[in-house]
Parts: sequence; structure tokens; C-alpha cells
Amino acid sequence: MDTYEPHIYELSALGKHGTNLPRLDVPEAALPTALLRQDGMNDFPELTEPEVMRHYTRISQRNASPDTMMYPLGSCTMKATPKLHEEVARYAGFAAAHPLQDESLSQGALQLMYELQDYLGEISGFEAVSLQPAAGAQGEFTGILAFRAYHLDRGDDDRTEVLVPNAAHGTNPATAAMVGLKVVELKSDARGNVDMDDLRAKLSPRTAGLMLTNPNTLGLFEDQIVEICQLVHDAGGLMYGDGANFNAILGIAKPGELGFDFMHYNLHKTFTTPHGGGGPGSGAVGCTAELAPFLPGPRVRQTASGSYELFTPEKSIGRMKAFHGNFAMLVRAWTYIRTLGAAGLREVSEIAVLNANYVRVKLKDLYPQAVDRICMHETVLKGQIAGAQGIRTLDIAKRLIDYGFHPPTVYFPLIVPEALMIEPTETEGKRTLDIFIQAMRDIAREAVETPDVLHDAPTTAPVRRLDEVRAARQPILRYNAAAFAQILNER
Amino acid sequence: MSHYISITATERAEMLKAIGIASTDDMFVDVPEAWRFPALDLPAPMSEPELVRALLERSNKNAHVHTHSIFLGAGAYNHFVPTAIDQILRRGEYYTSYTPYQPEISQGTLQAIFEYQSMICSLTGMEIANASHYDGATALAEAAIMALNVTRNRRKIVVARSVNPQYRAVLRTYLQGLDIEVVGDETPGSSIDDALALVDKQTALLIVQSPDFFGRMHDLRGLADKVQAQGALLCVHFDPIALGLFQTPAEVGADIATAEGQPLGLGLNFGGPYLGIFTTRQKHVHKIAGRIVGVTKDVDGQLAYVLTLRAREQDIRRERATSNICTNQGLMALAATVYMSLMGRQGMRKVAELCYHRAHYAAEAIARLPGYQVEPGTFFKEFVVHCPRPVAEINAALREHQMIGGYDLAEDEPTLGNAMLLAVTEMNSKAEIDRLVELLGQFD
Repeated sequence: MDTYEPHIYELSALGKHGTNLPRLDVPEAALPTALLRQDGMNDFPELTEPEVMRHYTRISQRNASPDTMMYPLGSCTMKATPKLHEEVARYAGFAAAHPLQDESLSQGALQLMYELQDYLGEISGFEAVSLQPAAGAQGEFTGILAFRAYHLDRGDDDRTEVLVPNAAHGTNPATAAMVGLKVVELKSDARGNVDMDDLRAKLSPRTAGLMLTNPNTLGLFEDQIVEICQLVHDAGGLMYGDGANFNAILGIAKPGELGFDFMHYNLHKTFTTPHGGGGPGSGAVGCTAELAPFLPGPRVRQTASGSYELFTPEKSIGRMKAFHGNFAMLVRAWTYIRTLGAAGLREVSEIAVLNANYVRVKLKDLYPQAVDRICMHETVLKGQIAGAQGIRTLDIAKRLIDYGFHPPTVYFPLIVPEALMIEPTETEGKRTLDIFIQAMRDIAREAVETPDVLHDAPTTAPVRRLDEVRAARQPILRYNAAAFAQILNER
Repeated sequence: MSHYISITATERAEMLKAIGIASTDDMFVDVPEAWRFPALDLPAPMSEPELVRALLERSNKNAHVHTHSIFLGAGAYNHFVPTAIDQILRRGEYYTSYTPYQPEISQGTLQAIFEYQSMICSLTGMEIANASHYDGATALAEAAIMALNVTRNRRKIVVARSVNPQYRAVLRTYLQGLDIEVVGDETPGSSIDDALALVDKQTALLIVQSPDFFGRMHDLRGLADKVQAQGALLCVHFDPIALGLFQTPAEVGADIATAEGQPLGLGLNFGGPYLGIFTTRQKHVHKIAGRIVGVTKDVDGQLAYVLTLRAREQDIRRERATSNICTNQGLMALAATVYMSLMGRQGMRKVAELCYHRAHYAAEAIARLPGYQVEPGTFFKEFVVHCPRPVAEINAALREHQMIGGYDLAEDEPTLGNAMLLAVTEMNSKAEIDRLVELLGQFD
């Protein structure tokens, strides 16, 4: 079936337009002819509003999404997006306010930010919060820059190493490199936790800190976390908490109380701000009083008179981005926390963990577990089905598409061969989980009996498996009529 | 049980039994007992009607473009946001999905990003665009890092004073751990030529902005040759709205061109989320940070889109990646794509003309007021006005008339005296401009 949707340039006809702009009501000023654009922008598309709407509506239907199906993408917390949030974030006082307008004209926005700083600090056990970072990776960057600044401020100049477990997200080592620090990889032990002997061996006067995700990327809680923090602190290092998996421990544990010094929150994971097809995220950060002077500004504080104002901490590492963070995401996170309250947040984590364990026990006879333990909000299984020949995790993932599910995260963490990382989240019901479990069990049977069904999958999606090597070897990164025609004619 | 949870008490009991534990508390035995189940001191939960009231109350405390006339820019602009954009952004297929790791069921997001890359290339004339960065400031900082990787062993970045001061601050934040010298912007009033004079064999990148932070447009032809003669790259930070009429970064030979994409239909949003536009030459494609979408075929020969050149990225390359960036600004890139599609070639030109002519109308009228001088030079939609009184005082008076005046340059550029940076866009009507001029005339 040919389901090609034309590129928007192919739908264009010069002479159309799709907006109704104000008329020019002032005299024309002379244009600086030397500075005028030389080309006629002739390859820029021209369409009407109905044509644009139909095009982007039609291609939207070529996306799977949590609104249309279970999306158990491990480590990404693809929970349902509350619809109220989409309305309130668009209130004019939020969506149409200028970030640099006088603080006296922005008291509602600043109040909301102040309150959110407070809530996030309370949920995680941290003294201070900055809402500035734009995404989780930028939150990590913020934290490691703050660690560096903290050590230098104390005259502790030789702390050039960041310890990162081998199970960590790629952003952790990439972040340490962006700060100019050396990455020292830590082994994991047989139980899927940080190998304590390896940690002891690698801690040194050069240790700036340890970046740890807890629960970790195997979906397991680091049960020696208090001792880990103690060891790192004793060596003069600091503990960074990657909050990617915070959805497992709301009201269950506070990272600040366990001994972490700094963490980022993925507001787009734990606190429901929508993933947007890959952003915007929001990577607010929290830290101890000791590290608070190094946070990026501006933060919000309350004055003696009760009004709200922006300020930059005294030893701030600087701005991470322009203005005050991804404010529209902050409105959504605020709304979520105020919707649920303390008991509701704890219920989120309880059900997220319950759902993951339910999937785990119902599948572990067919899909070996990476580690046989109670898991947190996600479970890591292996796509190594007994008796199946030539079947890889990728085949299982693609076959799930035919069953109407978005695949789990695959081949991560890197230390688990053929990893399938399943994070159902708390918003899936048991009925959906049972259908998913049955699909996984049916696929395991197919893998043995009719493996080609898996190799050929998906067959029900808008397109089938892609030639990714061709995309990289002959890169076409913008519209090119000849290249498109060639592909379309080859069919 | 909240309305976002679908597990009933009966189901919960069944599931616990299947897992082989007695209660949900038993799932958390790995959490050290002394720290398990801490109390959260948070406000009591609210119902949806209560939340609406609480949020309206906060929203209503803010001024915004419908309560005030606004002449403030300085990096965020009150441009027209066509209604159709939000209708697309609200489609759950776009806003609830994630990074298109599974291309077979993410063709919508992938095609939209590819169309974004295509339109950004057409708008700028540049060879390639990535899928976007967090905002204009971080796009610029990533340009510096890319230039350091392209030129190798060079340790100096030169940035002109007329680049947005927040962007210059972010640039320094990003580079602080890498032993890189950032120079060129120390002296108030210094020019692009002053910055160029600092470009030498140690320099990886010269960063200039046009229209610059003060609104001035610079004829940048010839600059690239001088920079490249030293083996360095040139990065031009531009305003996407200006390109409807004026010189493109490609026409002046830029190696990298970045922009804040907020003017492309994103609205003000009190500062974010915005959109970091990043473009460069094809030959640097393996050095750029962030997502890129390309074209290929599926096993049936159908044309399809896919994330490509992934070996640059953190999830594969880890500490040797080009950046730690994981997401792009997906939904904001979609908004800009729909904006550009609706505007089309004529619309982009018309918006630029409206900004230019209305800003010049305002500047000419203000220049005629006693006590005011408009800073000379060619400008697009923003210009500097020397005022007879401190800007804070004038802006306080304007507020009494439901008007938000220009950006006060006192903190960033104290040597300019009582200087206000005024922004005029297609959203400021003649009547509104006349009212501003009238109110400013009351000071002298």
C-alpha cells in the first residue's frame, strides 16, 4: 500500500498565503537596498490555512502516542498527559507575558515559580531549587558545573574526575566531558547495583563527584545508597542524583535525605509536562544549602513585604539559557503537584512500581530478567527467548507495533544483552497491562514457531522497517526534489 | 485514588498476589528503613474547578499582551501567533509522543522535523539545519563548541559586544570548564570591527549578531573572508523575521548561523519554551550537536524519514559525543514549521515589512520629541532611544497607562546613559505607537 504523504514543498503553489495580517497603516520608510535579501525565497512554500491544517493533521496520524496506545518506553515515563494542563498553561497571564516585563507586572508568574521551587524541594528533601535548566541533560550540566565551582571555591583544585556507573544514561558521561572532567566508569555488581569494591578503589582526592540514577537504569533501587553517599563524601566528593527515575520514589524516599547533594527533576517525566515529540523538556534542579550559592539564576524569592522577585545566587555558575526556564512547563508541573498532594504523589509511585512488577512476574518465565529482584517503576528483561532462532530484541519490539503497542526502550542499559526496558507507568490500567502481557507472550510463541512474522514486522505501521544505513551514507537532510523523485520512482 | 490511576482496589490485590507480596509497602524494602516513606509537607489536593480558580488568580496578576501595549523586546518579541498553530500543537499524536526512536510509528514527528529543517534552510540559505536546540542562547553556545571541535586545538572564542548579553552569559557558562578564552565583548560600545581585530590563529569562532542586541543591522559581506583567513569560523546570530526582507547568513558566507526561533509563532510564554535554530555547512554535519532527520526507504521501497547520523550523540558515543543534548525542542520546532507554512514566502516578507516600517515610524516620531534622540544607524524592529529621564522612571509612568515600555539598558550598558531599547512589531498599531509617542512627550 502506498501511503506517501507529500512533503509540504510539494503541496505549495506560489501566490497563496495562509494568514490574515494587519495592513500597513504607517508611511513606508526607505529600505537599505544594500542590506536586502538577494534571492527571492522562491523555494519557500506557499499554502492556504486549510491546506496547512490538513497536511499537519494527516501526518500527525502517522504517529503513535500515549493518547492512542500504551507507550512503555523505559526511562522515559510516558504517563498520560492531564488535559487540564494544556488549558491552564495557555492562560494569557502565562502564555502572553513578557519575561522581562517589570516584576510588579509578573507577580502571579513569579508566585507560581516560587511555590514550585518550594514543592520540588519538599518532595526531594533539598534546600534550594532552580527552575532554569531546559531539560534533564541541561540539569546534569548545571549540577556538574556547580560541583566544579564548589570545589574550586574551596581551593580544592584537583578534583577532575566524575564517577559514572556503566549502567548510566549516555547523558551522564557526555555531561562530565562538557564540564572538562574525566569520566571514570564504575562496574555494576551481580545484583545490578554499584559495585562497592570498585567504588572504593576508584574514589580518590581527584573525585569531583559520583553521578547516580536511583532507582538505577536496571529499575532497581540502590539499597546501599546511604553507604555510597558516605563513601563519596568521605573522599571529598559530591553526589549527583539523575532524576530520570524519580517517578518510582515520590513519597517513598527523599534523595536529599539519603545523602545526595544535587539532583535534576525531569518535569516532563515525573511531573507530566508533555514530551512534545522530543521536547521541550524541563530540568529543574535541587540541591543542599551548601551548593545553593552556585545555582544558576535567576531564582525567585519572597521579599519581606510578601512580593516575589528574581535574584541570582552569589557564586552562581551563570545562566544556563536565556530568561527564566521553560515557564509553560512549570505551570503544568505546579498543577500536577497541586492536583495530587502528598498522598496522591505517593500513590503515583506505588502504582507505577506495582504495574512494573506485575508485568515482570507475568513475563519472566519467557523473557529472562536482567536481575531477579523486585523492581521499581520499570523492569529490564532480555529478548532471549528459549528455543527461538535468529530472533533479536529488535524483532520483538517491531512485532509489538503490530499488536498495537509502542515498543519498550531497547538495547539499554548497555550492560544487559538484548535489553527490553519496560516502564508501564501508573496511568495504565490492569486491563491494558494484561493485553500487553498477552501480546508479549504471543510474540514469544511466534518467535519459536513462525520467526519470519517477527522478522517482517511491523506490517501494520505507516511504513515498514527502514534502511537506516542508506539514510546515513547518502544523507538527505532537507527537501531535494530530485532525490525525492528518485526514491519515489524506484518503487 | 486520583482520576489518573486506573488500578482498582480489587485489581491491586490480584496484582500483589501475582507478585507474591502482601502489600505495596513490601515493594520498597530496598529503601533503607530509616528514610522510607517520609512525610511530604504539601498543600492539600484540589479539584479541577479549584485548580482553575487558583491558576486564573495567578495568571490574572500578570500583565500580558492583551492587557498592555507592549514595546519590550530584547530577545523575546510580541509577534503574531496564527490561531491555526495551536490547533496543531494540541493534537495528542504530536504533543504526548516522544523522541521518534521507532521511526515506523513516528513518521508524523519525523516528517514535521524534516520539513522544519527544509524551511529553515530555505529561510537562511544555509546548507543544513539540525532539529533544534533549547533556545537561541544555547544554540549559540553549541556553535562555539562545534567550532572548537572543527578547528581543533584552538582555545579562543571572540564575541562582539553587540551580541545579546544573556547569550554572552550563557556562552561563558557553557565554556567555563573547558579552558577556553572568551574575548571581544569587554569594552562598552565596541564594534564588530573591534572584535574582528582580535581574531587570530588561536581563534575558533567569531560570533556576531545582526540585527544586533540594539536592533542595528550590519552589512556583513566581507567579514567571513577575513575570519576564515585566520582559519576561524564565523557564526552569525540572526532574527528569523528579518530574513523575510534582509540579507541572509548564507549570503554573507557564515559558517554557522543561529537564531532564537521564538518570533516564529511561539508566543512569549514568560520566557520559555522557545526554540534554538542551528544551521551550518554540509561539511560540518558530523560535528554538529543534536538530532537530525534524514530520508530513506523502507523494505517495500517507500520513502520514509528517520533520525540519522546518530553516531554523534550521547546515547551512543557517551563521553565522546558532540554534546550531552538528548532532546530537541520538538513541539516548538513544529510550531515554527506550521508558522512558516502559513506565512509562506509572501507572509514572511510582509511581517518583516510591517515591523520595519512601523518601527521606523515610531523612531521618527520619537526623534522629533524634545529631549529624545534616536541612536543613529540602520535598524530593523528595535532601536535605542536616549531619554531625558531615567528609563525606570519613564517605564513606571507608562505602566500607569497600561503600557510596557522598552528595555532599560542601564544595567547592561551604563555608559549609554538613560537609554531605552524599544521594540516595534507588526502587533503594534499606528494608534498604539502614536499613544506611546504622546506619553513619552510628557517627559522632558
